[in-house]
Amino acid sequence: MSDYVDELMHVTDAADPTTGDVTISNYTINFGPQHPAAHGVLRLVMELDGEIIERIDPHVGLLHRGTEKLIEYKTYAQAIPYFDRLDYCSPMCMEHTFVLAIEKLLDIEVPIRAQYLRVFFAELTRISNHMLNLGSHVMDVGAMTPNLWLFEIREDCYNFFERASGARMHHNFMRPGGVHQDVPLKLLTDIADWLDTRLPRLFEDAISLVADNRIFKQRNVDIATVSREDAIAWGFSGPMIRAAGIPWDLRKSQPYDVYDRMEFDIPVGTRGDCYDRFMVRVEEVRQSARIMKQCLRDMPEGPIASTDRKVVPPKRAEMKQSMEALIHHFKLYTEGYHVPAGEVYVATESPKGEFGVFLVSDGSNKPYRCKIRPTAFSHLQAMDFMSRGHMLADTTAILGAMDIVFGECDR
Amino acid sequence: MRAPAPAYAADLNGETIETARIALGAALIGAVDQVGEVALYVEREAIVTALTALRDTPGLEYQQLMEIAGVDYPERPERFEVVYCLLSLTRNHRLHVHVATDDVKPVPSVTGIWPVAGWLEREVYDMYGVLFTGNADLRRILTDYGFRGHPQRKDFPLSGFVEMRYSEEQKRVVYQPVSLAQDFRNFDFQSPWEGAQYVLPGDEKGMVPEAKGAPTPLKADEIVKADAPAKSQPAAATNEPKTTETTAQTGAGEPDPGNQRQDKPKDSDVVPTKGGGQNQ
Repeated sequence: MSDYVDELMHVTDAADPTTGDVTISNYTINFGPQHPAAHGVLRLVMELDGEIIERIDPHVGLLHRGTEKLIEYKTYAQAIPYFDRLDYCSPMCMEHTFVLAIEKLLDIEVPIRAQYLRVFFAELTRISNHMLNLGSHVMDVGAMTPNLWLFEIREDCYNFFERASGARMHHNFMRPGGVHQDVPLKLLTDIADWLDTRLPRLFEDAISLVADNRIFKQRNVDIATVSREDAIAWGFSGPMIRAAGIPWDLRKSQPYDVYDRMEFDIPVGTRGDCYDRFMVRVEEVRQSARIMKQCLRDMPEGPIASTDRKVVPPKRAEMKQSMEALIHHFKLYTEGYHVPAGEVYVATESPKGEFGVFLVSDGSNKPYRCKIRPTAFSHLQAMDFMSRGHMLADTTAILGAMDIVFGECDR
Repeated sequence: MRAPAPAYAADLNGETIETARIALGAALIGAVDQVGEVALYVEREAIVTALTALRDTPGLEYQQLMEIAGVDYPERPERFEVVYCLLSLTRNHRLHVHVATDDVKPVPSVTGIWPVAGWLEREVYDMYGVLFTGNADLRRILTDYGFRGHPQRKDFPLSGFVEMRYSEEQKRVVYQPVSLAQDFRNFDFQSPWEGAQYVLPGDEKGMVPEAKGAPTPLKADEIVKADAPAKSQPAAATNEPKTTETTAQTGAGEPDPGNQRQDKPKDSDVVPTKGGGQNQ
C-alpha cells in the first residue's frame, strides 16, 4: 500500500507540479445494451469525469429488424401488423398513423362510429403507454410501489384490448376505411365503469406517492432542462416539447378523426426539466380519460368500416349470398387494394410524440417506400446535450422522462 | 379531402408555393400541391440556403425539421431522393423538400440549421449510401457494427447477404452467408389483366408459332425396354384359354347376398311410399 501511495505521490501534473497532485483522466463506460434502466437495448458510451457526464454517444439499432424494407414487400393490409410491433407499448397509435396515411392517398370516407372507436382506443393506448412510462420512470429513480399499482391499470387496459381485438398486445385492429370489428356494448360499459372507479383510484393513489415526494423531486427537478429554442431545433414533439413550454399537440392543432369534436386541455411545463415531463404525462392521462368519456357519450351507432368494397372486405354473411362479395373478398385477400400514386407525410400524436409515416405509393398494391418517423430518434439524439454536466445517476431519470421504446426507435 | 387525415392549414398551400418561389429563387426546380401536401423540388447544391430561407423567411417559418427520408428510384439517372419533412409551428403547416442525388454526389448537410439532422442524415447514409458533406459524424446508425451495403436500396435483397448465429464450437457469434431453408418467394397477386409486365411459365406458347416436333432418333421396333424379356426366348405357351365365367376368374369377389336380382324393384324408378320418400 505504501508503495502505491509513494508511486502516486510522484505522479504530478507536469504543467503545475505541486506535491500530491494526481492526474485523473476522463474515462469511458458502457451503459447497456443490457441494463434494466436502458428501457430496452440501448448502448450509451459515456465519457465521465469522475461522476460528471462529459459526453454521451448513444448507440442505437440493436433492435433493427428492417421493418421498412419488409413493408415494401407486403401489401398494405399485410403491413399493418408491423406497426403494432414498432412501439409495442402503444400499438394502436402506430396503426392509427399508417391507416390514416393510406386513407389520405385513397381519399376514402370513414364512418363516424369507426372514427370514434379509433380515437377511443388511441386514448386507451395513451393511458396504457403512460402507465408503463410513469411507472418505470418512478422505479428508475428508486420507488417501487407506484410502478406495481400502475401496472394494475396497464393490465386492465390489456384486458380491454383483448376483448376488443382478440389480442392483448398486437391488436391489428384498425383498417383503412374503419376498424376491423365492432366492439360489444358490454365492453364499452365496462370501460366506462373502469374510467369512473378503478382508474382514478389506482392512478391518483400511485401518483400521490411521488408527485410531491421530496426524494422524487430531488431526483427530477432541474434535471436536464431544455429551453424552447432547443426543443424546436432538436425536433422535439409530444410531452417533450410541451414540457418545454410550447403548447403543441397534434390532436388539437392538426386534428384527425373526431379529435376536433373533443374537448380537452393541453398540459404545458414551465421549466422543461424531467419533473415537468413526468407531470405533463400525468395530466395527459387525466385528459385521455376525459376524451374517452366524451367518446362514450357521443359515439353513434352505425357501420364501423367504409362500404367501399374495393378497399374494405365484405362481411362473411354477405359472402354466402353474393358472388360479387365473394370475388371482392378473394381479391382483397390475395392482391389487395391498389393505392393511387402519390407521396404523403402523415403524423399523429402518439403517446411519445409525433409519430409520422412518409408513404410513397407507385399505384400498385404494395407501398413503394414507407418511411417511419420514430419519436425516439430526435429525443435520444438530444441525450448528449441534455445530460452534459449531470451526474451519472441522473442518466436513468433523463432516459425515463424521455419515454423511449426501442421497437420504434430502431424499427 | 374526405379522409379523416390530420387537418393542418392546407388552404395555405398555394400561398406557400408562391412565397417559396420568391424566397428560393433559382434554387427551386419545381413545386407541386399533391394530395393536399406541398412538395418542393430543390437544387442539391442549394439545399442549405433553401432550407435556411424556408426557416427564416416571414410567411414560411418552418421551424422544425421532423424527418429526412430517403427514397430509391433505380431507373432515374440520379437514383436517390432525399426528402426533408418540415413543420411550421406558427403557421400550422407542413411541406416536404425533395433533393435528387446518387451514390457519389454528396448532399450538403443541414446540421448547421437543425442539429437534429445529424442522426437523420446518418440514417439516410446507412440505408442508402447517400453522402452528406459537413456532417461531422456520418457513421452508420441502425445496422450492425461492420455491416456492408445499404439495405434500403431496391437492389439489396430482402434476406440480406450474411446471417449471424452463435457458434458452439468457437464460443462466439459468427457470420456466414445466408442459407435459406426454402427459396425466397415473392408472390405477386396483381391481376394479369391490369398491367402485370412479366411472363408466366407457359405464356411463351401463345407468342411463337408451334415448332415441328423433333424427329426421334429411334424406330419403334428398335426400342428395347429395360424389363423386356430377351428376344431369343420364345414366349410362354398359352395353353389355357382365357375365360371369365365365374367371379373367381374376374377377381370380383363373392356376390352380395342382399343385392340379388330378385331383391331389386321391378321398376327402376323410385316407388312412392306412404310415409313419403325423399322425392315427395
